[in-house]
Amino acid sequence: MKHLLSINDLSREDAILILDTAAELSRIADGPMKKLPTLRGRTIVNLFAEDSTRTRISFEAAAKRLSADVINFSAKGSSLSKGESLKDTALTLQAMGADAVVIRHPASGAPTRLAENQWMSGAVINAGDGTHEHPSQALLDAFTIRKHLAKGATDLAGLRVAIVGDILHSRVARSNVLLLTKLGAHVTLIAPPTLLPFGVESWPVSISYDLDSVISNVDVLMMLRIQQERMQERFFPNAREYSRYFGLNRDRMNSMLPNSIVMHPGPMNRGLEITADAADSARSVIVEQVSNGVSVRMAILYLLLAGLPIEGGIN
Amino acid sequence: MSYLLKNGILPNGAKTDLAIQDQLLVSPDALDKNHRIIELDGKQILPGLVDLHTHLREPGFEEAETVATGSLSAVRGGYTAISAMANTSPVADTAGVVEQVFRLGQLTGLCDVFPIGAVTQGLNGEALSEIGAMADSSARVRVFSDDGKCVFDPLIMRRALEYVKKFDGVIAQHAQEPGLTIGAQMNEGEISAQLGLKGWPAVAEEAIIARDVLLAEHTKSRLHICHLTTAGGVEIIRGAKSRGVQVTAEVTPHHLLLTDDYAKNYDPIFKVNPPLRLESDVLALRAGLADGTIDIVATDHAPHSLESKDCEWAEASFGMVGLETALSIVIKTMVETGVMDYLAVADRLSIAPARIGRYETHGQSLEVGKVANLTIVDTAAKWIVDRDLMSTRSKNTPFHGFELPGVVTHTFFNGKLVFGG
Amino acid sequence: MKVVLPAPDISRAIVRIAHEILERYNGAESLTLLGIPTRGAHLANRIALSINAIEGGQVAIGTLDVTMHRDDLRTRSPKALLPTVIPAAGVEDRHVVLIDDVLYSGRTIRAALDALGEIGRPSSVSLAVLIDRGHRELPIRADFVGKNIPTARTEIIKVNLIEVDGSDEVTIAEGGAR
Repeated sequence: MKHLLSINDLSREDAILILDTAAELSRIADGPMKKLPTLRGRTIVNLFAEDSTRTRISFEAAAKRLSADVINFSAKGSSLSKGESLKDTALTLQAMGADAVVIRHPASGAPTRLAENQWMSGAVINAGDGTHEHPSQALLDAFTIRKHLAKGATDLAGLRVAIVGDILHSRVARSNVLLLTKLGAHVTLIAPPTLLPFGVESWPVSISYDLDSVISNVDVLMMLRIQQERMQERFFPNAREYSRYFGLNRDRMNSMLPNSIVMHPGPMNRGLEITADAADSARSVIVEQVSNGVSVRMAILYLLLAGLPIEGGIN
Repeated sequence: MSYLLKNGILPNGAKTDLAIQDQLLVSPDALDKNHRIIELDGKQILPGLVDLHTHLREPGFEEAETVATGSLSAVRGGYTAISAMANTSPVADTAGVVEQVFRLGQLTGLCDVFPIGAVTQGLNGEALSEIGAMADSSARVRVFSDDGKCVFDPLIMRRALEYVKKFDGVIAQHAQEPGLTIGAQMNEGEISAQLGLKGWPAVAEEAIIARDVLLAEHTKSRLHICHLTTAGGVEIIRGAKSRGVQVTAEVTPHHLLLTDDYAKNYDPIFKVNPPLRLESDVLALRAGLADGTIDIVATDHAPHSLESKDCEWAEASFGMVGLETALSIVIKTMVETGVMDYLAVADRLSIAPARIGRYETHGQSLEVGKVANLTIVDTAAKWIVDRDLMSTRSKNTPFHGFELPGVVTHTFFNGKLVFGG
Repeated sequence: MKVVLPAPDISRAIVRIAHEILERYNGAESLTLLGIPTRGAHLANRIALSINAIEGGQVAIGTLDVTMHRDDLRTRSPKALLPTVIPAAGVEDRHVVLIDDVLYSGRTIRAALDALGEIGRPSSVSLAVLIDRGHRELPIRADFVGKNIPTARTEIIKVNLIEVDGSDEVTIAEGGAR
């Protein structure tokens, strides 16, 4: 496997290998070895054409812990913002000798075009493209869920996950639906009808418009961010109505099962989709998701870059 | 130069010889002694193809195509008449611009270039353009369209439909409700949901078609629906025709073959407006073309320079070129599948479009005394589409690498051999 | 295929190595045994049991996976990681004994020394292996050896251990290039 553009690029075994590798790396990171020489001499470029602090820093930390050289290329003030095309940016990176590009881009499919057009020869890792996918987020979410709830199993068989919010515009939701179902979890999507994608009935998930009827029967509640623009675009009347029906507050949280957890990919709109006390509660693993992100991204970089590119599967 | 074409096959299947002299079809005995003999050896003869929907990009966007390069592309595809859409820069909304385009076509001299006039000034959808002036100009415009954009204001559409009656004109509508297609990238369906691309729902097309056939019925005017793409649209047209509404419709070759599956790799060569849709739509469009609900095939030839397709999907321009592959696609999807014969091909690609556009020297019967606009095609031959060998200035064909049936070997325009031989 | 070290000989070798280690370091208090997974870790366990039987007490033991430090990563597909577990006693100021099943080119041990260097600064590092088959490519030697078996590069040495392979024996066979 040369690129990671979508969860569909991974078989179930590939995904579990990433999780297992991340588990060992996070154990190593807790203990003795802070830095590994594995990717010494490799150059990884972070091409972030869309603002993001969290994901970019996470990939940067992951690359550096593997001793790779990191070059950051972000939208503001770069030639990208001055209208340079994606193609020209890629050709420049190729000339600089990038072994891999971690790309976040507002256009769905931009990483795919980068990989298909062969403007550059390195590996392409999708760090979030438009409303399409965010594979490393789904992997770190699955890692977090497995760590808390899988009771030693390598996959997520039988676990019940609810994803709540703007599914229509969420690349995190798309990648999570693909990965969680691949690992055997049962997924329910909860959103107002206006924020569900056309044809979602054909996805391997359950659908509900009613958070209260589902929340006491799930092991994982994953809240998605609602963007302010959605209110201007008239997907629902106003923020109050959205929070009333789909927001996570203390009462809703108290109705959850004893060992269930609350997740959020960040950044959060405290008070809109999630109240402060829910975000900071003992059930919330939101902060841990961030630290798990580095180990998972180290695993991705290692498995994609350390060896030769393989056709069809990592191992 | 005069010609004797020997052993060709007419659209009705009959074997025949045809003689051409001084722009007309003549009786073979009337030919000059030094005429050129062309042995057709069973090739198919069709009346010169007529395209009612071509984007020639001149004036204003000459890097993508010009009247001259577009004409070259046209005759390679067997077209003897093309219709230049008005979304140029400046927009073709005055007699001056349409006369310029008309003149450029005449200077090139390979085929007839009939300008289409804009319905509204600057394509702004707010005020009617100088329809009368364009109709009376030397370009004699009869087809009016804001294509690229929809005439979305129902009052403007009503006025336009009524007004063109004075000039025996027809309004050609690009049916796209703007409010339902803001930022739309591809067909709204399961694939757009998976790919994370904003959807262009079928209802946005059908709602305008339904409104406009009712308006045309009410005003007793001629209406033409550009690039029909949905099964629902075919149904609406069928119903309207059965009630006697004067509506005609066109389908593009790419909508007869391609579906939204092609978007899966985000290759913008497949990005087009209106978008590629579902297999069920393709089948309904073919059935509609076969039974005449859809009157014509029109290419919507839309050249775009390389940089506007060599990028991520959301950045890319909408459109595909089509003049050089149209006939082959029709043969592949309609003749080889047995739903149309060459009489029907002649009707949908020549006779009917000429009638709708009022192009009097095209789409004529292949008889002595008629103007010699002819296309000769070797229906048994196959070819592989190579975008670098095409005559159009732009290379945005979705069919690069496809093997297609039917090779145009000769195109005659006003009795002159303008391609082949 | 030939058996070069049958089960009883393996057990004797382990006991002897345990004695040699204790003799070198005057007991087990300053020792940290680190087995290189997979089979090196199992051998380390057996050596530890032997040491504990002789000395009493519990010698410090752990595992050290070297996958991330290998110098030949680019020549093969990325391998899954095996566990690295450093015992509570750590490696700082300790006598570390690395334990592996076969010593060949020496590159695995070089990687182990690299990995060890990230973890801390032992007082000394020594190496115990069950089989030394020669053909070193780096200046590395074993301090404690079960058996020296000269081999050709085309031969394959396989260490089978009950914990992993179901039986105890070391075999040699003709196999082609390394």
